[in-house]
Amino acid sequence: MALQIVESCVNCWACEPLCPSNAIYEAKPHFLIDAKKCTECDGDYADVQCASICPIEAAIVDSQGVALNPYGSLTNIPLEKLRQHGIIDKLAA
Amino acid sequence: MTEMTASGCSESSCGSTADQLSHLPEHIREKVHNHPCYSEQAHHHFARMHVAVAPACNIQCNYCNRKYDCANESRPGVVSELLTPEQAIKKTLVVASEIPQMTVLGIAGPGDPLANPERTFQTFQALSETAPDIKLCVSTNGLALPEHVEELSKHNIDHVTITINCLDPEIGAKIYPWIFWKNRRIKGVKGAKILIEQQQKGLEMLTEKGILVKVNSVMIPGVNDKHLAEVSKVVKSKGAFLHNIMPLIAEAEHGTYYGIMEQLGPTQAELKELQDACEGDMNMMRHCRQCRADAVGLLGEDRGSEFTLDKIEAMEIDYSSAMEKRKVVHDNIAAELARKEEEKAQGVQFVSLDSLRKTAKPKPQLRSVLMAVATQGGGIINQHFGHAKEFLIYEVASDNVKLIGHAKTDQYCSGNNTCGDGETVLQKLIRSLDGCEVVLSAKIGYEPWEQLEEAGIIPNSEHAMEPIEEALLAVHKEMAESGALEEKTEAGLRATA
Repeated sequence: MALQIVESCVNCWACEPLCPSNAIYEAKPHFLIDAKKCTECDGDYADVQCASICPIEAAIVDSQGVALNPYGSLTNIPLEKLRQHGIIDKLAA
Repeated sequence: MTEMTASGCSESSCGSTADQLSHLPEHIREKVHNHPCYSEQAHHHFARMHVAVAPACNIQCNYCNRKYDCANESRPGVVSELLTPEQAIKKTLVVASEIPQMTVLGIAGPGDPLANPERTFQTFQALSETAPDIKLCVSTNGLALPEHVEELSKHNIDHVTITINCLDPEIGAKIYPWIFWKNRRIKGVKGAKILIEQQQKGLEMLTEKGILVKVNSVMIPGVNDKHLAEVSKVVKSKGAFLHNIMPLIAEAEHGTYYGIMEQLGPTQAELKELQDACEGDMNMMRHCRQCRADAVGLLGEDRGSEFTLDKIEAMEIDYSSAMEKRKVVHDNIAAELARKEEEKAQGVQFVSLDSLRKTAKPKPQLRSVLMAVATQGGGIINQHFGHAKEFLIYEVASDNVKLIGHAKTDQYCSGNNTCGDGETVLQKLIRSLDGCEVVLSAKIGYEPWEQLEEAGIIPNSEHAMEPIEEALLAVHKEMAESGALEEKTEAGLRATA
């Protein structure tokens, strides 16, 4: 059980100090989660902390690769608009 | 104490009507007289810089995109290089030495400074010790403000800007999709309500401590435009010193919610109307340029590219000798401003107040005129028309000059022989000056001269290197004498002597 930070991360540091397991660390080209340390906040918080403050949709995924904050969930921008402006494709590429 | 404040006056009846600071008590004038973001007069002479040490944010705003890394955009929340506190401290000392008229260091992002308290306060603490001649200020969304007021007051930070867009959580939910609060992401009205409460509480706590608070509001037509007059009243009653209503910046290519959803920003006229409406209640700021979170220089200019990390790391700084040089520069500017103020005051004394009152009733209603000015600082008309990156827009009446905004432009002339699509840029610029009747610059080429005239705007370079306000009054007087201001005047004209 561990979460993962993927390439759409913008390195904003917001998640790093929140992690109760100190599993998040600065790396290039983007922050990473130490899978051995990550507990998905089980036992510490009701909500997963990194994914609760992360401002970037689809930047944090679970072990199945499913985004904790799917496209459109944080900005309320409709999916068709995200596609129309190439935002989904650009990030998925 | 500087000469400027020594010659100042705390009476509201003294000083020119154009001087928004003249009604302030002495101790506040002392704090703002050289702060470009708090004093319109200061912004012509003193520079500021932002250091981008605060990347994290605790809320989402619909006008912001957190993929902030863009070199070519000029708007809040955008930076090129994120700095560590150590790098930020070095950069500040380098800039303060190289640009001695830099008086203010602000932390404004690219996220929220108070969502990055360690990085922010480490920077402030080191600078308050090493560079006591630099004013420190911070700009925040207010969510984490109450818990940090005590710490802010410790670090010699006497200017705080809070962005307050609304008092009504229903409106807030249309601006803020979520906040991060007590370890949870809270969406919609509930989140907006907490944010608003924290902002108001923070404002009250700061003013109680005597810290100067400026309130920024983003005017979003159809969302909060009708609500901002109320915001203005309330923040004033709680002790905010200055209200800065800024137009929404929303372009699809910025990737923001408002940009992609094609939310329109206000027109120059709509913005001015709201600012005018709020002015009776509140001291309004009209010279804001909505700068980047890593801007360097006078407002309206950005010299950030001269101070990139690789450049500043190679530089050695002797700050104590720099501080001596800075003091001389600051004193000279202050003396110059004091001299100007005195001249103005003497000018006023030629006419006794009594005689004004007697003749004031049937005052001729010469209409006011919008004029655009090209300047590179110093309060002087000293910029070539084709080199101007922006024009300051003034409303000029026969006895009063008021800065009401600015028009940004792509530089129409790049200074070499190939003009590229110069013509279209020029056309665009002329459109952005719509409503202005005169453009004053230090110099202007033949082609733009013709095109301005065609567009009904009078180009004027007769006042090159003259102080802006005096030149504008002189132009207004010339226009009045030539009869150009009579067509739209109302009945009062008959009363003219």
